[in-house]
Amino acid sequence: MAKHVQPPLSIFAPALLRAAVAGALKKLDPRILWRSPVMFLVEIGGAITLINFLLALSGRQGDPAWFSGLVSLWLWLTVFFGTFAEALAEGRGKARAASLRKSRTEVQARRLASPDPAAPSEAVAANLLRRDDHILVSTGELIAGDGEVVSGAALVNEAAVTGESAPVVRESGGDRSAVTGGTTVTSGAIVVRITANPGETFLDRMIGMVEGAKRRKTPNEMALEVLLIALTAVFLLVVANLRPLSVYSAGVTGQGEAVSLTVLVALFVCLAPTTIAALLPAIGIAGMDRLFQKNVIALSGRAIEAAGDVNVLLLDKTGTITLGNREAVDFVPVGGHTEEELVEAAMIASLGDETPEGRSIVILAKKEYKQRMQRLPAGAKNVAFSAETRLSGTDTGGKRYRKGATDSIVGFVQKLGGRPPRDLQGPAHAIAKGGGTPLAVCCEADILGVINLKDILKGGIQERFQQLRSMGIRTVMITGDNPHTAAAIAAEAQVDDFLAQATPEDKLRLIRENQQAGYMVAMTGDGTNDAPALAQADVAVAMNTGTQPAREAANIIDLDSNPTKLLDIVEIGKQILMTRGNLTTFSIANDVAKYFAIIPAALISIYPELDALNIMRLASPRSAILAAVIFNALIIPLLIPLALRGTKYRPMPAEKMLIHSLLVYGVGGMVVPFAGIKVIDLLTGLFG
Amino acid sequence: MIYLDIFEFLAYLAILTLLARPFGLFMASTYQGERTLLTPVVGPVEKLIYRFCRIAQEEMNWRQYAGAMLACNAVMFLSLFAMLRLQGLLPLNPQDIPNASWPMALNTAISFTTNTNWQTYSGEAAVSYLTQMAGLTVHNFVSAATGMVIAIALIRGLARRNTKTIGNFWVDLTRTILYMLLPLSLLAAIFLVSQGIIQNFSPYQTVTLVQPMHLEQPQADKEGQHGAAAENKMPATSVIINEQVLPMGPVASQEAIKEVGTNGGGFFNANSAHPFENPTPLTNFIECLLILLIPAGLTFAFGHMTGNQGQGKTLFLAMLMLLVIAVGCLYWAESAGNPLVDGLGAAGPYLEGKEVRFGVGGSSLFAALTTATSCGAVNAMHDSLTPLGGMVPMVLMLLGEVVFGGVGSGLYTMLAFVVIAVFVAGLMIGRTPEYLGKKIEVREMWLSMVIVLTSGAIVLIFSAAALLAPAGLACMANPGAHGLSEVLYAFASTANNNGSAFAGLNADTLFPILSTSTAMLLGRYVPAVAVLAMAGALAEKKFAPPSLGTLPTDSIPFTLWLVLVIVIVGALTFFPALALGPIVEHLLMTGGR
Repeated sequence: MAKHVQPPLSIFAPALLRAAVAGALKKLDPRILWRSPVMFLVEIGGAITLINFLLALSGRQGDPAWFSGLVSLWLWLTVFFGTFAEALAEGRGKARAASLRKSRTEVQARRLASPDPAAPSEAVAANLLRRDDHILVSTGELIAGDGEVVSGAALVNEAAVTGESAPVVRESGGDRSAVTGGTTVTSGAIVVRITANPGETFLDRMIGMVEGAKRRKTPNEMALEVLLIALTAVFLLVVANLRPLSVYSAGVTGQGEAVSLTVLVALFVCLAPTTIAALLPAIGIAGMDRLFQKNVIALSGRAIEAAGDVNVLLLDKTGTITLGNREAVDFVPVGGHTEEELVEAAMIASLGDETPEGRSIVILAKKEYKQRMQRLPAGAKNVAFSAETRLSGTDTGGKRYRKGATDSIVGFVQKLGGRPPRDLQGPAHAIAKGGGTPLAVCCEADILGVINLKDILKGGIQERFQQLRSMGIRTVMITGDNPHTAAAIAAEAQVDDFLAQATPEDKLRLIRENQQAGYMVAMTGDGTNDAPALAQADVAVAMNTGTQPAREAANIIDLDSNPTKLLDIVEIGKQILMTRGNLTTFSIANDVAKYFAIIPAALISIYPELDALNIMRLASPRSAILAAVIFNALIIPLLIPLALRGTKYRPMPAEKMLIHSLLVYGVGGMVVPFAGIKVIDLLTGLFG
Repeated sequence: MIYLDIFEFLAYLAILTLLARPFGLFMASTYQGERTLLTPVVGPVEKLIYRFCRIAQEEMNWRQYAGAMLACNAVMFLSLFAMLRLQGLLPLNPQDIPNASWPMALNTAISFTTNTNWQTYSGEAAVSYLTQMAGLTVHNFVSAATGMVIAIALIRGLARRNTKTIGNFWVDLTRTILYMLLPLSLLAAIFLVSQGIIQNFSPYQTVTLVQPMHLEQPQADKEGQHGAAAENKMPATSVIINEQVLPMGPVASQEAIKEVGTNGGGFFNANSAHPFENPTPLTNFIECLLILLIPAGLTFAFGHMTGNQGQGKTLFLAMLMLLVIAVGCLYWAESAGNPLVDGLGAAGPYLEGKEVRFGVGGSSLFAALTTATSCGAVNAMHDSLTPLGGMVPMVLMLLGEVVFGGVGSGLYTMLAFVVIAVFVAGLMIGRTPEYLGKKIEVREMWLSMVIVLTSGAIVLIFSAAALLAPAGLACMANPGAHGLSEVLYAFASTANNNGSAFAGLNADTLFPILSTSTAMLLGRYVPAVAVLAMAGALAEKKFAPPSLGTLPTDSIPFTLWLVLVIVIVGALTFFPALALGPIVEHLLMTGGR
């Protein structure tokens, strides 16, 4: 059952191309095409010239049939190339969605009467599962729906969702409790509480997004469309105006003919920003797909665009800046206690703690300090960590063993009427200054010592932040650590700012403040306590390993759970916008050359002097017009690779980037069609 | 000669730049209600007006602001219409000029209310002193102020955050007139009088000519159809003229605001070519300065009010670049002359239709300035410019009157172009576009496109209609490419509220009267309301502080891009029409036809 990573299909794989041709033809349906008004008008132009062609065949005066016919053919090709680009962009997503769907069908689940794995169970179809049902999943079985592990632990193969075949641990408690429907348990058994009704699951949402079915035009796309529609409307007027002007001129000079309908349609289509209009849907879809290739799922196109604008990036320290989890490296007894006492208390406080930190304390205690305790005495009660108390521990033998941040423990002790030992702050500060996290341990009102939890920075993280800074993005590290530790790590990692001892409320407030100041805020998170902040952030990236609330609050899910992915997301967001802008500029700059091809050609019979404007020295009026129309059509497929791959993004100051883009797409956009039209004119000349 | 002309151009630009900045800052302070040099004098008057007119100085949202603007303009229109229709019965009419006909009154009332000052009448023959002073001159002030306050409202929209209000129309209007237009006009009028411009209520004077004049007068062509050019065969009668009627009137007071408010409606038919309106090269130079002072100053006011001087300078620079190109082209085309008359012994600079006291230099400068702004005053016959020379004023108008443009209207149209330029450039650097910290979204794009494209659409539709409709063809005196240029010019001028004319069109019939009236109305109020709507939309937005990734809109690359956007939009919209008009005219001329 274990699936292996699919090699990502090339955008231009033959299978995808064939499917795209079929899709493109379907999209020519006017009832679908009208959503893209510019291309819809081109299609109408194609129809008008087609009628002209038929009329010419039946012997009506005017343009010869071959001319109207060829213009019509190329106009239809123009529309086709546009729909083809869109269909092609959708292709890879559709293929992926189809394989996702397969993994969803016909799953049977064992529904439990209660969360207890030993409880009686019944077999039900996955699509009958409802929220808050409990199911038991054992080795080799598919998990029937999205949910949260409430007991047990298992290795889960999530290849169906992430494409990554190495199984991951899913266990109750902590931040790794979420499981996704359609994934397979490879070993172990877990009880899962279902958290999504059928049709609303993560997999369903994902299929919707990658298929493009749920794709709505983003605000920026709509604004750009306004620009294109308004320009198109003006060009309609220009063309409509040219007819009476030429009728008048021909009448006064007594020579030549007014511009024919076929030529007017050709001129209109060449002027209308067809290049960008044809490629616009493809750019957005391809952007999503590129994200998907990086194993990131955007749950809205808006979020990706917003990512391009992000000014402030809030990063959870743990797992983002530092390598995964902190590890206990040292025990420092205080207040006259012995090391042994401290280690034992730490052991008791940590044995019930399933967090990696808790486990690392147990491991250190066993390995380095030869603690022999294997399990907690009977009747011991585990007290889980909560974001408010910021303490965890164990109640056993009538005593409360606690561990936590130094000030939390001090607060706990003081509440019980105890006094923190004088020599507590010394080692705590020393640890914090060294970038470690001091974790104090107490038994009732007696503080026994401090555990040094050490953070290890990820390799290359400084360069990443440097890159972000050059993009104009400020990085803020969020951590539950005390300010000293946070400062040490922040300095080492070279983040711009940090928020220490952050509670969920602090995070939320930080985001709100930044938003109020007009900044776009991105945040990565995985824990349940990140959920409110994620919901508030403009761009919220949740780790796929994260908890269900976090994944629901986010608008982007990172399947690899690699928090620095945000860099890629920002880059792709920018690429989408840049590709749109560059192609718009290119498309409009093209018009200059097309005018010089078509206007002299259309009017030369009235004023032979206008041949002076035929600076490309095109062979004949009709070949000139055809060359412009053909260029206008061919430029679309030529630019499909650019639209699908996106313009290259290199972090550089905005002004430099503007100059670069203007030179390439503005100046280039003016020059290229002169050459292109001339070449096409020469080639068509060869064929007579 | 050429060095002298170039020196004049450079001196002009230098003095303009020197004056525009302080005057712009003065305007900004005034609109923001700060104390200025004039406050001690004008402040009490201002307060008195508010009390007397019961103006509650409350902030308005954009709908209220637009409503007040439209109401004010409607009243102005009606009052002028009534005054024209009744002027025969009213005092201050020594020449006993009769009541105006309704089409003329309608066209003129619309023309002066919309700051166009397109004139279908001859001032000395059709308008009484009362109408000139209490009607046209007052409108010159109010229509200019209307344009300016709309621009100020837009600036506030850009500068403010998270609010719905964009100022109070009545307060802005009052301040504009009291602090800016009146003092400036007063100074200018006094100077002009010192140079010999008249200011009186005398009846017209008859003087004996020093040298009697012989005139070969062809008999009028009764048909008036567009075969009229071939009139050479008509019998001509010889007339000897010994005396001339000199029209009088309160010219200086109107001349000043005509320039200051980029109105352009001449007291006399000959406008600033008339010696009583523009007697010397010096007055010509000063009038040129007055035309551009407020439009140029407003760019600095904009920079000041948005707290970013660089942004104002960018607009100034973009406008200046276009202006320099325009003046250069016009001057070059006129200096090169017309090869067709070279053979007649008139080689060299082309002087037909120009006043010799201004020469090619002074005429080119004035022609470019008056069409770069929406002034429309003329000191030479634009219809007689060489084809390419004549295309320059036409193009300046067709670009949307953004090369400094009309007082206020130039700035707000330019800002709409900026929004469009920012949108595309913003995308090109990978950001959802923002200008001055305001995100440009669907609504702003719609409004900007309406502001920028309305006048162009009007020109395209109306010129097509004029060339299709028999009624339109009937009023063309010059058939052919030049006739087409004249039609194009007429609608370019009215749709952009410029008011200068190529002439050559018989503007007396109903078709041109109604079509130009409609063009003026739509060309003024559709963009104006869209601007106020945009001001409202922008004021509501929050402010996004700039970062490294923000598009720098005060940089040279962006300025060039802005200029390019303006030129490309204009070129794409009008290239076919220009090809059939001035461009083909030029090719025909150089081809020797």
